[in-house]
Amino acid sequence: MCLAVPGKIIEIFEKNNMQMCKIDFGGSVREACLDLVPEAKIGDYTLIHVGFAMSIISEKEAQITLDMIKEISDQELDDN
Amino acid sequence: MAYFSEFRDPVNSKIILDNIHKITTKNWMIMEICGGQTHAIKRYGIDQLLPENIELVHGPGCPVCVTPLEQIDKALEIASLPNVIFTSYGDMLRVPGSSKDLFLVRSTGADIRVVYSPLDALQLAQDNPTKEVVFFAIGFETTAPANAMAVYQAKKLGIKNFSILVSHVRVPPAIKAILSSESNRVQGFLAAGHVCAVMGYWEYLPIAKDYNIPIAVTGFEPLDLLKGIHSCINLLETGQYEVSNEYSRIVSEKGNVHAQKTLGEVFQVCDRKWRGIGMIPESGWMLNSDYTDFDAEQRFDVSSITVPEPEICISGEILQGLKKPPECPAFRKLCSPENPLGATMVSSEGACSAYYRYTQE
Ligand code: SF4
Repeated sequence: MCLAVPGKIIEIFEKNNMQMCKIDFGGSVREACLDLVPEAKIGDYTLIHVGFAMSIISEKEAQITLDMIKEISDQELDDN
Repeated sequence: MAYFSEFRDPVNSKIILDNIHKITTKNWMIMEICGGQTHAIKRYGIDQLLPENIELVHGPGCPVCVTPLEQIDKALEIASLPNVIFTSYGDMLRVPGSSKDLFLVRSTGADIRVVYSPLDALQLAQDNPTKEVVFFAIGFETTAPANAMAVYQAKKLGIKNFSILVSHVRVPPAIKAILSSESNRVQGFLAAGHVCAVMGYWEYLPIAKDYNIPIAVTGFEPLDLLKGIHSCINLLETGQYEVSNEYSRIVSEKGNVHAQKTLGEVFQVCDRKWRGIGMIPESGWMLNSDYTDFDAEQRFDVSSITVPEPEICISGEILQGLKKPPECPAFRKLCSPENPLGATMVSSEGACSAYYRYTQE
């Protein structure tokens, strides 16, 4: 229950007055509510928690983190 | 580009791990708050790869584990009533109350259903207008906005046969309680990324300053955890008491403002009892006065139930990082996931079950 699962938004629609979406979790598709991340768009990766999209995964930030690791690695090489 | 596999990449992980070995000069004890982190650490054997002078202890962040016994007894009481459909996340069904669990009550004919989302429970209420549908609203800041949203919707749509049994808990007051304890040995924290995805980390900034403790926000992939540990050690070794965000692809300082607004609309902060730990001030949420109509405790008059905790189980000390599961005399002997005595063994996110599954005898 506690762990959120990342998935890709493939469709956005309305149901019961709520903004809903279809999420692709690497092949299996489920519905989730988008009301807590109204800015989400089709194609975004989001974390899904008990049927609600909770946050959008920032590809830019992910890349910054990976670049930082590369920097540490390069520094190690320089040190040796 | 989805950025999933990169955070499991062994080459990247090795770079960070080597650097942790390089920068660690003293003994440090770090607590990972969340049961999901505990499981990932055990599963990938991260604790075995760290320098010997870093000790990881497991925090109270498993909502199933900390839901107090009396809340479970209240659930059992409500679920046994005729005309009630009791709904819950699957993890709660096997958690023992003082004499039975929801599975057992279901086998005697009670209508208890596992739902994936609180919206499923709301749908059940709409589909069964002559029944009372009750949802067991447990969890940290991660599930609370979803549960708040279900109640908000119920009010908006005028659904009267829906209510929730609330047992929500908040992380920051628990961190303060651990740090305020005289027996505390924790020197740094790995904050749970999914909680911070919702709440941001602004609440942690004053804690880091007031208690002189570094806090690193981490995710759940091996690389995320190693980056969090790396950052925490770096802050400890250089004497900095700050919050570092090592999960920036998901977490921002202010968090999900829509989710926080929904929480504020439906809930208010309250004192709450944690299983094994006891009462922690301001550590929970309850429905606020605009939403008391949806409070199952009042609707079914169960709020006066209280239950003392059983003595053999040391899960309270485990949840505060004072002891580890193998120190419990019942671990692997009387207590196992098939026959759990305490909630830290029942829940797959609990520290006892993580040790049971991923460590050798
Ligand atoms: S092993 Fe079982 S009895 Fe011992 S602390 Fe863990 S849950 Fe409690």
